[in-house]
Amino acid sequence: MASTFHLEIVTPDRKFYEDEVNMAIVRTVEGDVGILRDHVPSVVPLSIGVIKIKKDGKMIRATCSGGFVSIDEDKATIITDAAEWPEEIDVERAKFAMKRAEERLKESNKEVDVLRAQIALSKALNRLRVSKGE
Amino acid sequence: MAGMGMRDIKRRIKSVNSTKQITNAMKLVSTAKLKRTRDRFERVKPYFETVSETIQGILKSADNIEHPYISGREIKKSLYIVITADRGLCGGYNINAIKKALADVEDRERSSFIVIGQKAKGYFSKRGYEIIGEYLHISEKPEYRHAKDIGKLALELYKEGKIDEIKLIYTQFASTISHVPQMLKLLPAAKQEEEGTEEKEFKYISYEPSPGAVLDYLIPKYVESAVFGGLVESAASEQAARRMAMESATDNAQEMIEKLTLSFNQARQAAITQEISEIVGGAEALK
Repeated sequence: MASTFHLEIVTPDRKFYEDEVNMAIVRTVEGDVGILRDHVPSVVPLSIGVIKIKKDGKMIRATCSGGFVSIDEDKATIITDAAEWPEEIDVERAKFAMKRAEERLKESNKEVDVLRAQIALSKALNRLRVSKGE
Repeated sequence: MAGMGMRDIKRRIKSVNSTKQITNAMKLVSTAKLKRTRDRFERVKPYFETVSETIQGILKSADNIEHPYISGREIKKSLYIVITADRGLCGGYNINAIKKALADVEDRERSSFIVIGQKAKGYFSKRGYEIIGEYLHISEKPEYRHAKDIGKLALELYKEGKIDEIKLIYTQFASTISHVPQMLKLLPAAKQEEEGTEEKEFKYISYEPSPGAVLDYLIPKYVESAVFGGLVESAASEQAARRMAMESATDNAQEMIEKLTLSFNQARQAAITQEISEIVGGAEALK
């Protein structure tokens, strides 16, 4: 059996996940990073993306809307603003958010608004992707 | 109460009794609310604790990192974020938090405030302190976005150099009957001194893309989560304090009713005795 490490995912509302896992793949600001046991201790900010967790040969997915991960040899802690399992995602709401963000991107020209709309759009797209199991 | 007639005492009992009913109802309401806010606090705690643990870990191993959020500068102006309730009738809860803040203020010219809750706003604005931001009607049900707004405002001021340190005053929820106001220094982020840190082993931690970039992201997160943790914890303390205050008010009313009932009975008895002796005296005289 492959070696495991302790993974913890916390959001402001709850302790999202806590278990011994084989591998976790997270999307950092510099690209996807796979975490195994005995990873070099590091702290990396996360971008909006998917958290993939491999446990007992099965792969489970969750959305992550930015945050950071703190990795130790036998422990990794992901701290994020929001995380959801695929079945928790409100698809209608994500679609609505996507449309709204797209409209805003077309209309507004202020830098701040564009940035906010872009973030909203990528969060919505990310949710939709994960809900389809991609 | 001796001088009071029977009718006065009866009126008194009635009024104390209705007060008691009100305080008792308020106690029940805050008991229910306390349960809710406390559950919430228990859920939020891990996030808040994990964030501050991580930050402390980084600060400890990163003695040599130079960063404006950490290194600090000469303190010309301090910012206090004071968390109180919107409403009173909760014992010393509000005033204790305010006092905690005031104990640290040396020079009012050199301090400014972000007030949360009507009570802190009333106190500080009446006395002419400088208030930079006010957040009302959120202390009972704080949301993460409120904490985000507050954190953002404080950090902007810090970056612009308008303030040189940030302190958070919240009420710690020790148990349902004990809540202590606490002050937490948020910026410049300082290591919390621990005993026996001398012999810590050196551990290499890699920061990607760079230590500065990581801290740029982490410190605001730290401030937000600390404010959020403080808000939620204070909300629980507020309900607990109100429950306690209302409970003792109800107890006091009950005690008062008992005393009044006793003196009412005494007065009634005295009146009856007097009447009897008057009748007996009258009958004697007729013989």
